[in-house]
Amino acid sequence: MASASTTTGVERIAEAFARARSDGRRAALMPYMMGGFPSVELSREIAVAYAHSGADLVELGIPFSDPLADGPVIHAAATAALRAGATVERVLELAGAIAENDVPVIVMCYSNPVLARGYERFAAALVRAGASGLIVPDLPMEEASELRSVCDRHGLALVPLVAPTTPLERLAQIGATARGFLYAVAVTGTTGERAELDPALVARAAAHASVPVALGFGIATASQASAAADAGADGVIIGSRLVRAAGEADDPVAAVSELISEYAGALRD
Amino acid sequence: MSAVRHRFGRYGGQYVPETLMPALAELEAAWVQARDDPAFHSELDALLADYVGRPSPLYRAPRLSEAAGHPIYLKREDLNHTGAHKINNALGQALLARRMGKRRIVAETGAGQHGVAAATACALLDLECVVYMGTEDIRRQKPNVERMGLLGARVEPVEAGARTLKEAVSAAIRDWVANVQSTHYIIGSCVGPAPYPELVRDLQRVIGDEARAQVLEHAGRLPERVIACVGGGSNAIGLFTAFVEDEAVQLVGVEAAGEGLDTPRHGAPLTEAGLPGVLHGAFTAIMQDEDGQILEAHSISAGLDYPGTGPEHAWLRDSGRARYVAVTDEQALKAFERTARLEGIIPALESAHAIAWAIDSGFSELDLICLSGRGDKDLAEALALLTPGSAI
Ligand SMILES: Cc1ncc(COP(=O)(O)O)c(C=O)c1O
Repeated sequence: MASASTTTGVERIAEAFARARSDGRRAALMPYMMGGFPSVELSREIAVAYAHSGADLVELGIPFSDPLADGPVIHAAATAALRAGATVERVLELAGAIAENDVPVIVMCYSNPVLARGYERFAAALVRAGASGLIVPDLPMEEASELRSVCDRHGLALVPLVAPTTPLERLAQIGATARGFLYAVAVTGTTGERAELDPALVARAAAHASVPVALGFGIATASQASAAADAGADGVIIGSRLVRAAGEADDPVAAVSELISEYAGALRD
Repeated sequence: MSAVRHRFGRYGGQYVPETLMPALAELEAAWVQARDDPAFHSELDALLADYVGRPSPLYRAPRLSEAAGHPIYLKREDLNHTGAHKINNALGQALLARRMGKRRIVAETGAGQHGVAAATACALLDLECVVYMGTEDIRRQKPNVERMGLLGARVEPVEAGARTLKEAVSAAIRDWVANVQSTHYIIGSCVGPAPYPELVRDLQRVIGDEARAQVLEHAGRLPERVIACVGGGSNAIGLFTAFVEDEAVQLVGVEAAGEGLDTPRHGAPLTEAGLPGVLHGAFTAIMQDEDGQILEAHSISAGLDYPGTGPEHAWLRDSGRARYVAVTDEQALKAFERTARLEGIIPALESAHAIAWAIDSGFSELDLICLSGRGDKDLAEALALLTPGSAI
């Protein structure tokens, strides 16, 4: 396996999707965690547990004070993380702990913390931390071109999102700008567990993207993860369910490990 | 170049989740069509005249003028139906929602004035209305909470953060993300992603258009200074817009200095002039820490208790066309009481900030102040603080 220093983030992401397939997975397992939650220390253990229990890629959330795309569970986790002393710098240190296990890290961060550092400095910090990509949930296509060229120069994948409300023509435009993968939002709404999901967007997104398509928002159970793979998703992103486990369980590390193993099992051929 | 301005210099833009982008495009298209449609304007103008009571008077305040040592004119938005300028915007956007076929409205409110205005417009036009309001604001603006209920709106309490306006806006946006097909978000100020800052300005510019004609008629001249309080900045931009081309007229926006600009407890991002950033969908002047986390604002007046501001104000500041200053809780409270005693007018605590600055800031040949709202909603809060022996 090539080391992080000789490959770009974009390459590491592509490899991870390919490896998931060759390892007999129908879709890559891409769990989300909130950096610094429930505490900075515990979230480091959670990060390592994600890598050890079957994650193919990890989405690492940087807590933000005003997360507009997030539902109550992730919003509360961000608030708790900030209260517990999480900073951008301390959360980025977790990326290294995950990437050491050859699991690429995609950082999820709202626009303002990225802008506060400046695009160039933020991207450089991601590279130093060993991250491979970046998702900015409040940076639509219209605002993204400058950050995308900065990320391109650093070999980082700036991953765009498409939603069920995105019209086809726009979906094609967004798909053409995707780096690493295209993030298909499964629900019209914020993050949070849902009983019912409609993975129909996956096929529409896949028709307009030359990169893998990952489905996220709302997926909570192993059978929902499996249904996402059945619908053609190349990756399955699970957030709120895991963040809830990290916050509720007496032993958060054991709880998230068990859930991730379950999802991994459900995604096996 | 779009038909509606997305950027004011470097400020503005659309920093929102992808889910909302088609709705913003739809809103922009609907506005471009409506603003050129005589039928839309005749319906809105008739409502502004017969329902809101426009034009609102321009009143020369003799005893305030005497106390200040120079002439002070008040633009009486407090006399509008529902008691503040917020109704101008709420009615316009509710008509627009109906045009778009959206029958469910969400709104946020701080002081409760925008919530009441939205609830009123929805009652009039038979639209469903949900208003998000922080629980701290529910406590301090109780009469408005009761009014919204009576008007048929559902008030959703917001517990996050400091439980004030910033969190109410975030909650309203999250609701909109989830219900975007059926719902229009009536934002209460010239903040948020494009096209909102320009849409709200265009609906509020009636304040300045009327005031400019009125001051020319009453005083035979333009004001030396045009002054308005700035929370998100809608009454200020509504007043300023008519005077922007009159280069000799100074434009002054008065923010909340809260417990002092040397403390973190204020709501004055324009005056403080720190690093700009993104809040609620726009790149603008905001209050933030070095990591880009948004700070909690503080003001005695719920409507100014907001760590962001409209992007057009940030641009007017940088270009030097307008300047922004800040007034403390204590100064505002004093002006609140003084205006009551000297003029028999109880101003909103928000508007009292603008009055306080005008009185205390030296001679001017003519000050025109936006009296953006009436203070009935503030009585309990202000009286508790004005009672001798209480903290302030
Ligand atoms: C009477 C009054 N004035 C001013 C404001 C501040 O808003 P803006 O700055 O958008 O005019 C409010 C907001 O609630 C208000 O109720």
